[in-house]
Amino acid sequence: MRTIGILTVLAVALVVSAAAGILVGAVAIGPSDVFAALFGSNDVNGTIIRELRLPRVLGAALVGGALATAGALLQGLLRNPLADPFVTGTSAGATLAAVAAIVLGLAAPLVPIAAFAGALVTVTLVWRLARLGGGTTVLTVLLAGVVLTSFAGAVVTFLLVSSDRLALQLRAVLGWLQGGVSVISWPELGVAALVVALGLGFALVLAHRVDAYAFGEETAATLGVDPDRTTTAVLGATALLSGAAVALAGLVGFVGLVIPHALRFVIGATHRRLVPASFLAGATALVLADLGARTIIAPAELPIGAITGLIGAPFFLALLVRSRRVVV
Amino acid sequence: MTSLTAIAVTAAYGPRHVLHECSFALGSGEVVAIVGPNGAGKSTLLRVLAGLLRPTAGRVLLDGEDLAALSRSEVARRIAVVPQLFDTLFPFTVREVVALGRTARLGAFGRASADDLAAVDRAIGELELEALAARRIDRLSGGERQRAVLAMALAQETAVLLLDEPTVHLDPGHQLATLDLLRELGQRRQLAVCAVLHDLNLASAFATRIVAIADGRIFREGTPLEVIKSDLIETVFGNGLEVIARDGHPGVLPRAPHATAGN
Repeated sequence: MRTIGILTVLAVALVVSAAAGILVGAVAIGPSDVFAALFGSNDVNGTIIRELRLPRVLGAALVGGALATAGALLQGLLRNPLADPFVTGTSAGATLAAVAAIVLGLAAPLVPIAAFAGALVTVTLVWRLARLGGGTTVLTVLLAGVVLTSFAGAVVTFLLVSSDRLALQLRAVLGWLQGGVSVISWPELGVAALVVALGLGFALVLAHRVDAYAFGEETAATLGVDPDRTTTAVLGATALLSGAAVALAGLVGFVGLVIPHALRFVIGATHRRLVPASFLAGATALVLADLGARTIIAPAELPIGAITGLIGAPFFLALLVRSRRVVV
Repeated sequence: MTSLTAIAVTAAYGPRHVLHECSFALGSGEVVAIVGPNGAGKSTLLRVLAGLLRPTAGRVLLDGEDLAALSRSEVARRIAVVPQLFDTLFPFTVREVVALGRTARLGAFGRASADDLAAVDRAIGELELEALAARRIDRLSGGERQRAVLAMALAQETAVLLLDEPTVHLDPGHQLATLDLLRELGQRRQLAVCAVLHDLNLASAFATRIVAIADGRIFREGTPLEVIKSDLIETVFGNGLEVIARDGHPGVLPRAPHATAGN
């Protein structure tokens, strides 16, 4: 009952934030005009609401939900409360693959697929590195993430500087790299929504098996989980969610880390509850972060990644300090 | 009646052989202790019996079926394993940890049946964890956490219970209490219990049968009186220990330093 109550509150919060995200913007549009615009008035307000604000709010919600869900899965699988797509380098791997796809001149629909592939390769690498560390994996994962992120960043810089195609739109690509949902088209949104739905579906089906990893992979096996199949499926779901998020919004940090971590103390550690709660809360958090990004220094805009970094990085540091006894 | 049998099992980690042609049988109502020095292969034998490590030669049979042919989920319904390490950084409650024992039987999306809930309640009751059921596992003492993990294994409702050094993090009082409880539960549920134990005196007091391993081979097996004898202790553990007996239970004590100095 308590669980349903918390999930309801989170869902209401998401709807309210989304409404705020659509109502508030650089151009003041009254609520009744917004309502009219949603249902087809063809003036400039209609264009702003339907082509700019609505896709942007939905995009932010998808990205936030996907990253928080991926974070919950990764933390459970790696038994590491400091893991998420960003700090493990998974997002950086997806970014590298997406930029490479653009440089190679691949068709736009292939870019999200490249991002997914990049995420899958990186998250698998991180998992293998974490296993080398045996029992104390927390620091290993973070170090692997630092290394992979630096490497991917270096290659991306190389591609940016050496490719004429990207140099021409350097500003747009840089904006994307810093994390932004300012320009999202409806077709892009549709593809991302499908991929995120798939990833979330996997996450919900796998949730109770991820619980069994609480005491390690071997105990998961003795509890009846096939470790190879489950691990592969969880890494795949994580890659789907991270890849979709990166394809939509580039590098958005710390949502995947902070949201599941904070929620555990409210709703408990059981992933059957944590996964849906993380999706809802992550979506809400990023809709609000995007609202902040475009209103704090309006009419100019901050990249959304700057907002999540401003709030998430100190939180991450606090966690690291608090958990030092188990990290080392 | 259930039986878990290893037939001439050889096991290796990579190129390093850890077990050599070990044969071993475990049946309902038995409480078997595996003892031996560090690195002898005790935990490896347990991992092979649990189906976690595939033998490179020989077979492990569970009620006549080859363990290697069963899925993890089938094995989990028939063999429960209490791990040596049970630290988690996540705030699972004790009840949630015990419920993990039902993982292999849950429905789609992890839905629990009435049987699942009853098994969890029963395990919580048997280990007297009612008062702790809603508490966070990461806030409990080592002894309490040990009981929660034992309840998790009992909730699996298996016929076989394997334990890897279940007393290693406990003080002497809790060590005895845990082993007494295990023995009693084993009799009540007619379980086949096998535990790796470091402490020879605990093994002697607790086990119906002791298996002594040295260098990856089963050196001797039998009742505590048959196994804990000075010749075996000296060969396997060196000459620093003296075998004593009290009330029909054999045990060991360290020899005084001046006595070993001359040997």
